[in-house]
Amino acid sequence: MLEFLLRRILQAILVLFVMTVLVFFGVNVIGNPVYIFASSECNQACIDEIIVNLGLDQPIWRQYLTFLGNLFQGDLGRSFTHGVPAMSLILERFPATLELAIAALVLALGIGLPLGIYAGLKPDSPISKLIMGFSMISFSVPIFWIGLIFILIFSVRLGWLPSIGRGDLVSVFGLFEVSFLTWDGLRHLLMPAFTLSLIMMAMVIRLTRAGMREVLHADYIKFARANGIHERRVIGVHVLKNILIPIVTVLGMEFGGVIAFAVVTESIFSWPGVGKMLIDAIAVLDRPLIVAYLIFVVVMFVAINLLVDILYSVLDPRVRLGGNVS
Amino acid sequence: MKRKVSIALVAAVTMALTPAYAEQVLTIGVRSEAASLDPHWTQLSADLQVQEHIFEHLVDLDSASQTVPGLAVSWEPIDETTWEFKLREGVTWHDGEPFNADDVVFSFDRLRAGIDGAPASPAFQLEKGSKTWEKIDDYTVHIMTDGPYPTVAEDLAMLPIVAEHATAGKTASVDFNSGEAAIGTGPFMFEEYSPGNRVTVVRNENYWGDQSAWDRVVFRPVGEESARLAALLNGDVDIIDYPPTVDLPQLEADPDFTVSTVSADRLIYMIPSYRHVEEFVTDVEGNPLMPNPLRDWRVRKALSLAIDREAIRDRIMGGASLPTGNIVPPGFFGYVDEIEADPYDPDQAQALLAEAGYPDGFMITIQGPNDRYINDARIVEAVAQFWTRIGVVTEVDTMPRNIFFSELIRGGDLTFPGFDDPKFSMALTGWGTVAGEATYTVSGILESYNAATGGGNGNFGRYSNHDVDARSILAKRTIDRNARLELLEEATKIAMEDYALIPLHFQVNKWAMKSSLEHTPRTNERTLAWEVRPVE
Repeated sequence: MLEFLLRRILQAILVLFVMTVLVFFGVNVIGNPVYIFASSECNQACIDEIIVNLGLDQPIWRQYLTFLGNLFQGDLGRSFTHGVPAMSLILERFPATLELAIAALVLALGIGLPLGIYAGLKPDSPISKLIMGFSMISFSVPIFWIGLIFILIFSVRLGWLPSIGRGDLVSVFGLFEVSFLTWDGLRHLLMPAFTLSLIMMAMVIRLTRAGMREVLHADYIKFARANGIHERRVIGVHVLKNILIPIVTVLGMEFGGVIAFAVVTESIFSWPGVGKMLIDAIAVLDRPLIVAYLIFVVVMFVAINLLVDILYSVLDPRVRLGGNVS
Repeated sequence: MKRKVSIALVAAVTMALTPAYAEQVLTIGVRSEAASLDPHWTQLSADLQVQEHIFEHLVDLDSASQTVPGLAVSWEPIDETTWEFKLREGVTWHDGEPFNADDVVFSFDRLRAGIDGAPASPAFQLEKGSKTWEKIDDYTVHIMTDGPYPTVAEDLAMLPIVAEHATAGKTASVDFNSGEAAIGTGPFMFEEYSPGNRVTVVRNENYWGDQSAWDRVVFRPVGEESARLAALLNGDVDIIDYPPTVDLPQLEADPDFTVSTVSADRLIYMIPSYRHVEEFVTDVEGNPLMPNPLRDWRVRKALSLAIDREAIRDRIMGGASLPTGNIVPPGFFGYVDEIEADPYDPDQAQALLAEAGYPDGFMITIQGPNDRYINDARIVEAVAQFWTRIGVVTEVDTMPRNIFFSELIRGGDLTFPGFDDPKFSMALTGWGTVAGEATYTVSGILESYNAATGGGNGNFGRYSNHDVDARSILAKRTIDRNARLELLEEATKIAMEDYALIPLHFQVNKWAMKSSLEHTPRTNERTLAWEVRPVE
């Protein structure tokens, strides 16, 4: 286990290093942020001053070395636009995105699993066909469009739900603020979380149904039934545990993506999360913020993958961390 | 219909039941959020419109961008190079400390010293005319320039005054965003800054000027235009800026909502480039053309006549544009009455092309941004079609602003500062006359490029005309308003008769709001709470 963790951390550091090279030089090739900020009346002296202020007067390799040096001290640089350390900007907004993503995950599992199980148990019933149809639509219709339609129906026509921003916040242990503990917060959370969960939900339904179809015919299920185990226990424990592995794998990958790039949903619902911040940063070429965010995402993906691997071993004792076949 | 009746009923009942002392809150849905509350940090409109609720300038701009007294009650030149500003007495900062000349000197000193990391502080306004300043007494400040300099007041309208006692020694953005240094003299006081979500300001009871109708003003950023409209429709916000142009006709017809309109200070125009050979201008077979046909004024006039500006207004802009041949909007100092927008006349355009020696036309590529100006990419496409119709086969290349402006201004990263080499041969861009008068517009986009003096710093086609230069340079040193106006009008007329650039239109800014509100819109695109009032 320890060896496994160590190897993973070494891998992560390597990935991180490659990533900084790619991202840093990548964003420095595109455009020039100076002209985004400069007023139209700004003359050459003024433009030169902006270049110095943003630290762009240095050759790019020196900028990169400075960046690496600061990175080792835990400093990811300061946002051009906001003038605040990039990491604090990310951390300030990350709880909002995390809350949205977790709410989406909960919805995806909470709705997707039961629907998938039902569709797996009674594949030929009209309700199952409806469920599968729903999952197909969730997969194929663009999130952007769905979000707008939700806003149009529930917010503009019916007036039930607010369409923008995050609701009232409650501080948890004084560490971060969450909105799902207030009624107003929940009302704000529902539409974006549901929109964001749709693709995951569709995936859960499909994986669950496929897994059910396969596992239900496995010998051990037949024996379990022959042993007279209650149907509820057969499905709830023996079947479910065996179909969860592909679901965990896929959701693990998907969840990272949902957190990192919830951009579309966040833009439509003006959710003050990191995705929206990334888009704004790209639009004005806020290089330090883009780089810091992508590094943050890499770290997050590595952590999630690690978590998924550990979850495997919990779900399936045959999977041994460390890869030694015993 | 039934729904509207019930809404009206609910509104009426609510109003009847609401006690007179109920808090009046105005929620504004804005296109982009304020990145910092330090008023010296950038000059992006999104930042300024929030900051201007908290901080003020010595000189204010009214809704038509003309100078009016702010923290200074009067100003006048006392000799060729010195302007005397008399400050308003009895003004206090939000924390109760009195405002005086020390704060003014401190603010200018802070700007000149530079704010660490600031991407675009307005400090360059102090460099124009090499301004220096001096406190004469507590309520008098002198501004000295290196020569006669007429637009000191216009420049100072861009320079917010911060409190010495609250700002000295503070780190720029962090301390302002937390509210600690966000102590101004403005009609509203800082309450909350929640990044990406909202900025809230509350009424300053001790404000020296007129009180607005609002106890509390909330700015909520809603970047997506359809979401912004939805937020207005469902009542999450009371007023929005930049409503989607495609929805304007329905909004204007809806009795529940009002749309306010004003022509903006932003000119949208095509810049031709004047080098002898242009990369993106070729003959019909694709060979470089020498000389570059854009150097012939008849070709430029033909291109201008080929554009149906009214069709662009009606079909693309939802009626929201003001076709023009001028460079500053009506009502601004320097607007020339007799210059009118070119009519749509493709026949004359073709005749002019033939006369200039291009009866079979030529090929050109227009570059333009696709996320900077209202409907920018679609305007470029329309212009390309108009030009192709008269035989100038036009291709379109639009790109995000973060790439477009780098190449428009400098061309490549390898050029040396001061020796910029703009890349495009024909580009669509915009120019905002922020100060409400034409001196720096004429100098910026019509004068020959000169990195040392700052002349022509927006002249990316490198147009050069001695007759324009002479008048523009003289205007910048002429304090007498009438003499200056004459110089500016002459320069504009000479350049526009020569088609130095091809103006399309002024953007027309729109705001959409509940019909219970009325709004005096501003030419400089900002949304200010005191310009929004409940309908009596």
